[in-house]
Amino acid sequence: MKQFVARVFDPLLDGLADVGRTGWFFIGLLLALPRGLTYPRELLRQIWFVGAKSLIIIMISGLFVGMVLSLQLYYTLSIFGGTSALGTVIALSLYRELGPVVTALLFAGRAGTAITAEVGLMRATDQLSAMEMMAVDPLAFVASPRFLAGLIAMPLLVAVFNMMGLFGGHLVGVTWLGIDNGTFWSNMTGNVSVWKDVISGEWKALAFGALVSLIAVYQGYSAPPTSEGVANATTRTVVSSSIAILALDFVLTAFLM
Amino acid sequence: MNPRRSYAAGTGLFILLGFAALAYLATQTTSLVNFESGPSYDVTAEFTNIGGLKDRAPVKLAGVRVGTVKSIVLDQKSMDAKVTMAIADRYDQIPEDSYAKIMTSGLLGDQFISLSPGGSPTNLKNGSVLDNTQSALQLEDLIGKFLTGSGGGKSSSSNKP
Repeated sequence: MKQFVARVFDPLLDGLADVGRTGWFFIGLLLALPRGLTYPRELLRQIWFVGAKSLIIIMISGLFVGMVLSLQLYYTLSIFGGTSALGTVIALSLYRELGPVVTALLFAGRAGTAITAEVGLMRATDQLSAMEMMAVDPLAFVASPRFLAGLIAMPLLVAVFNMMGLFGGHLVGVTWLGIDNGTFWSNMTGNVSVWKDVISGEWKALAFGALVSLIAVYQGYSAPPTSEGVANATTRTVVSSSIAILALDFVLTAFLM
Repeated sequence: MNPRRSYAAGTGLFILLGFAALAYLATQTTSLVNFESGPSYDVTAEFTNIGGLKDRAPVKLAGVRVGTVKSIVLDQKSMDAKVTMAIADRYDQIPEDSYAKIMTSGLLGDQFISLSPGGSPTNLKNGSVLDNTQSALQLEDLIGKFLTGSGGGKSSSSNKP
């Protein structure tokens, strides 16, 4: 019985402890952020790495998400005879929900894993200790730029994703399914608001960017210095980020409604 | 180009592209498109019932957008809704006795104010009041009237003198 309880609760407690340690790490990271800003060139390199290099996957995914959204919503709306609202529904689904969430999941897979593997190997090859030896704070030089880069890159990636999604949705809805171009746009511009839809999606993007980069940097930072340890940390980055994104999305949506 | 400059350029391009996309989404795909910022003059009208009319709803004449609804308040003396409209300055030839009517675009669309021109030689100017108004058509009232038999019931839309 005791063993059974231990088997059930141990992973749970481990997970909880991991959340707690991530929280402590976050506080340390925040304190190191001002010093991290003294390495602007490193920040620029990280924005290039997590942002600019993610553009292709984000654009292609956005295009296909928009196209499939158009097909599916056209089918649903045609049941109610409301296909003229297609533009509005596509824009609202993208701006409010799919843009931030899908971009964040892709971001975790594309950039988060790379950060974890890189930082984990820095730990495994004692580069972090070497930095400390040279009086360079690894929290400021390694962790801060990567965290800030995620924070800056995510809202921009979401904007690009949304635009490509809208383009894909327009392509399928107007040129393929034959919805009137004017109806598509005028219905959308009549019902989509800047603050409630576009900007609230960007708040989500900002939160997810911070969350994913925090988890990625922390997992790399705390990875056991073995090849297996780095591999496990990379997996954990994807799993924890995905769960955290979806859970936080629910909370944020409830608050931003 | 050396590698450092190339990634700096790539980063700059990425940031520019991101902000351009955001600006496009915010200004071209939202209700900001309908935002008229040019010079305008205010005209008020009182309605017994505005239905679902909202701030920034369009004001149209002959189907052409000439202005927007600026504010909607309740006039506590007459218990009517007082709607202030901002009409663009370039439309300064609208007769003073024009007729304002709240209409719905489509069956379930948004509501807007439709102006029908009158015949007065004097034109609307800042501070003018439109006396001839017709309230929003309430679908529920219509159905109610239909169910309880026509006539007898108080009309939901009334012409103010």
